[in-house]
Amino acid sequence: MAEIDSTIEEMLVPYPDLVKKNRKKHLMVKDEAAACCPQIEANTRTIPGIISQRGCAYAGCKGVVVGPIKDMITITHGPVGCGYYSWGTRRNKARADDTTPKDKIFTQLCFITDMLEPDIVFGGEKKLAKMIDEVVAAFHPRAINICATCPVGLIGDDINAVAKAAEERHGIQVLAYNCEGYKGVSQSAGHHIANNNLMERVIGTGTERKNGKHVINLLGEYNIGGDGWELERILKEIGYTVNCVLTGDSSYLDIKNLHLADLNLVQCHRSINYIAEMMETKYGTPWLKVNFIGIDSTNQSLRQLAQCFGDEELVKQTEVVIERETARIAPVLEQYSKILKGKTAFAIVGGSRSHHYQYLLRDLGMEMIIAGYEFAHRDDYEGRQVIPTIKSDADSKNIPELHLMADEKMYREAHVHLNMSKEKYDELKKAVPLNYYEGIYPNMKEGQVIIDDANHHEVEVLIRTAKPDLFLSGVRDKYIVHKMGVASKQLHAYDYSGPYAGYNGALNFARDVVNALTTPAWKLITPPWETKEEPRSETHA
Amino acid sequence: MLECIPETPVEHTTGKINPAKTCQPLGAMYAALGIHGCLPHSHGSQGCCAYHRMHLTRHFRDPVLASSSSFTEGASVFGGAANLKTSIKNVFAIYNPEIIAVHTTCLSETIGDDLPNIIKTAEIPEGKSVIHVNTPSYHGSHITGFSGMCKAMVSYLAQSDGATKKSQMNVLPGFVNPGDMREIRRIVDVLGVKMIMFPDTSNVLDTPLTSKYQMYPDGGATVAEIRDAGNSEVTLAFGSYASHDAAEVLQDKCGVTGIPLKLPIGIKATDDFIMAVKDWFGVEIPASLALERGQVVDTLIDTHFHYQGKRVAVFGDPDHVIALTEFLLAMGMVPVYVLTGTPGKVFETEIKKMLGDAGITNARVKAEGDLFELQQWIKEAPVDLLIGTSYGKYIARAEDVPFVRFGFPILDRVVHPLMPVVGYRGCLRLIEQISNALLERRDRDCLDEDFELVL
Repeated sequence: MAEIDSTIEEMLVPYPDLVKKNRKKHLMVKDEAAACCPQIEANTRTIPGIISQRGCAYAGCKGVVVGPIKDMITITHGPVGCGYYSWGTRRNKARADDTTPKDKIFTQLCFITDMLEPDIVFGGEKKLAKMIDEVVAAFHPRAINICATCPVGLIGDDINAVAKAAEERHGIQVLAYNCEGYKGVSQSAGHHIANNNLMERVIGTGTERKNGKHVINLLGEYNIGGDGWELERILKEIGYTVNCVLTGDSSYLDIKNLHLADLNLVQCHRSINYIAEMMETKYGTPWLKVNFIGIDSTNQSLRQLAQCFGDEELVKQTEVVIERETARIAPVLEQYSKILKGKTAFAIVGGSRSHHYQYLLRDLGMEMIIAGYEFAHRDDYEGRQVIPTIKSDADSKNIPELHLMADEKMYREAHVHLNMSKEKYDELKKAVPLNYYEGIYPNMKEGQVIIDDANHHEVEVLIRTAKPDLFLSGVRDKYIVHKMGVASKQLHAYDYSGPYAGYNGALNFARDVVNALTTPAWKLITPPWETKEEPRSETHA
Repeated sequence: MLECIPETPVEHTTGKINPAKTCQPLGAMYAALGIHGCLPHSHGSQGCCAYHRMHLTRHFRDPVLASSSSFTEGASVFGGAANLKTSIKNVFAIYNPEIIAVHTTCLSETIGDDLPNIIKTAEIPEGKSVIHVNTPSYHGSHITGFSGMCKAMVSYLAQSDGATKKSQMNVLPGFVNPGDMREIRRIVDVLGVKMIMFPDTSNVLDTPLTSKYQMYPDGGATVAEIRDAGNSEVTLAFGSYASHDAAEVLQDKCGVTGIPLKLPIGIKATDDFIMAVKDWFGVEIPASLALERGQVVDTLIDTHFHYQGKRVAVFGDPDHVIALTEFLLAMGMVPVYVLTGTPGKVFETEIKKMLGDAGITNARVKAEGDLFELQQWIKEAPVDLLIGTSYGKYIARAEDVPFVRFGFPILDRVVHPLMPVVGYRGCLRLIEQISNALLERRDRDCLDEDFELVL
């Protein structure tokens, strides 16, 4: 504890006073003796000049939430860059299914209005409208997204009016997202903007409930590396009908029917909790925070999920699948654990994964000693009970909050959704944390560090002093960490592997981590002419 | 693959579908990394900087550091001066670079931030520099941004100490890989001429793994070297899009003669490069270079039947594609579709002239095009080979065309940033890649009875 405190002090030394004062509030060390979680500062501005990992609202809206919807054409309204960088770089896999044939999948294409100087001077609305017309004529999409980039808001292009007019011309939905990059303080603003629009315009407009006894949605799962497919495999085998995975491999048609499911599962709390909460308000749909990263946590999530329906057959089948899958996976993981046991990791990722992967690492005998998020809010650290106490500021006020009411026709109480009595539901709520997320803090151990919006300087100091065996982050940090002699895995893109979720995912992750730590080249760093007298075998041990 | 792409031509006059260019700031950031001890700075919202770093990192698989002014809505309304000044102060205090190279974004350009004035009034420690370039994303492409940052290096840093020039030359290498820059340096070393190359990302984006991380690696042209570029006799500027403008500014500012050249990709362009050095400095061409050239000619004669007469589609950055097209013609190939995403007239003029001289009259040549259009052309009349960046892989799979990756970015293959395509050695690599792609296809597609050991 004292050691980590001094590391943090040392880390803050080069900072100018204002930076120091600010950054201190974004750091905390787990103190098990303390009665409750200390307050952390999160979702506030990054100080200019600090090399942050954060992106922008556009990246959160287009890149994360709406980009993966496979049968919508997403047009980026702006100059060429934003659409180009978010083209094919998040590994959201998609394939044809019963309702979406191959020629209705557009996610491998990139559509940009490519605003040029005259568009900035005279406005880009006409160009956008023309592009929509051409795209509809050429591709016949079921619906269109328009995502705004920085200059759009500044020059005052009214993308909502363009979208409305296009809807009238073409008879399909055209959704406009005011997700200019300067909105909010990070990707998080974009998640919220995307959630709002899908909730307001798409969810609830369908009428076809998928067949099945227990129909569920999996929210906040983006099918990176096929994670969503692995989870669908497990859930279907247990007996659930997966209505929609939002938004990995999702279709516009499925999203329209989102409200017809009995229960929402929430995997990535940060990016999708708004829809979960708004659906609870509007349709009464209960939601359950799950974590399908790690064997124990997958098993626990499946058991909690089974409890929600008061169906003995479902509980039984859950145990059958858990037993079989665990028995299949456990012996292999045990072999990997022999190599990984006692190793340490840092994870500085997004807004959910640093929590999720703690469980998988523990399955493998590893500990995440430093955990951080790029764009989380206080509730992701401390738990949702703090939401009413979070003060809004100039940046968060710019993101509209939808104030929804219960839908007169479609609202049903949670126990009705779950097909049980009110009393039984109240009992269930005591056993299963429905509509709640506890945050990352409770799962961390004494002396472990939580860091919000970590920056390059801090990462460098922490790696030098706390010397982890493995660094889990994004591609921008990956090679920096390698140069320091530490293994790293990308937790956004999985180093192009995956899935990492569910049972098969755990195996893939364990194998990839073992490979990262044991690849023979780590022993080749010191050239033989620098090894002086020591025998080679010892130097290379 | 890409079943949604219409089989017949459709109206596509507006915007880009599957663009073949990206925005200026990325090029400016890449150029800035070729200055020693430089931290590129993106004056805009965080997303731009995050995207550029990500994209460059994916191509080079090496650290790419850069900072951002982290605009929020407030800064977008009231101007970004305070953000930039705070950034400059914090960057020097925390990351301690020798120089900050600022580029703008569509955000700061649209609100009209006055960079020269903001920089003038910023706190810059003694002995450190801040330079800038305006890189609105709604103008040009990443190549324009690269060119702009090269110009900024000249206009901010290069100085002429007097009328007498030093017997040294400058090289503006263009938007090429560190491996290419290393090869250019090797050739110039062999020729025995003193050279200042800027930007130079060798030893910056191809660094060794030693366990001792350096935020500012050993490579890059130092500020002192770029300053001294004003005292050189001559500048070789590789590529009309990426380098010619900076050479012109240097000529106007410091009286350094600028020699505009193609990127030295292919035998003719490499000959031109070497002859330019020979003509200016009167050096003898060493036998080792003559040998390298002879090996290329030998290989071309020995292997021409693998590729001669094949129809090829090429896309990528204009300087790369202009030089490569010249080499493909020297190989006896038939470039039928030649496309760049970057705007500018030189591209079409140069390519059409080359194709015309080679008697190829039915080719489609387009600047400011996109890959959707290229795919539609290929659907109309197929090609034997596609050459371009990683984004071409979708077309290659959908249309079942052999594919050679070339240029920037290559996001799905390894080691390429270290392997030069410039110079005579680069010719051999290109011949090998092109031949192999065609031969792999022949081996894959042929009947068992036609499957042969020797090809």
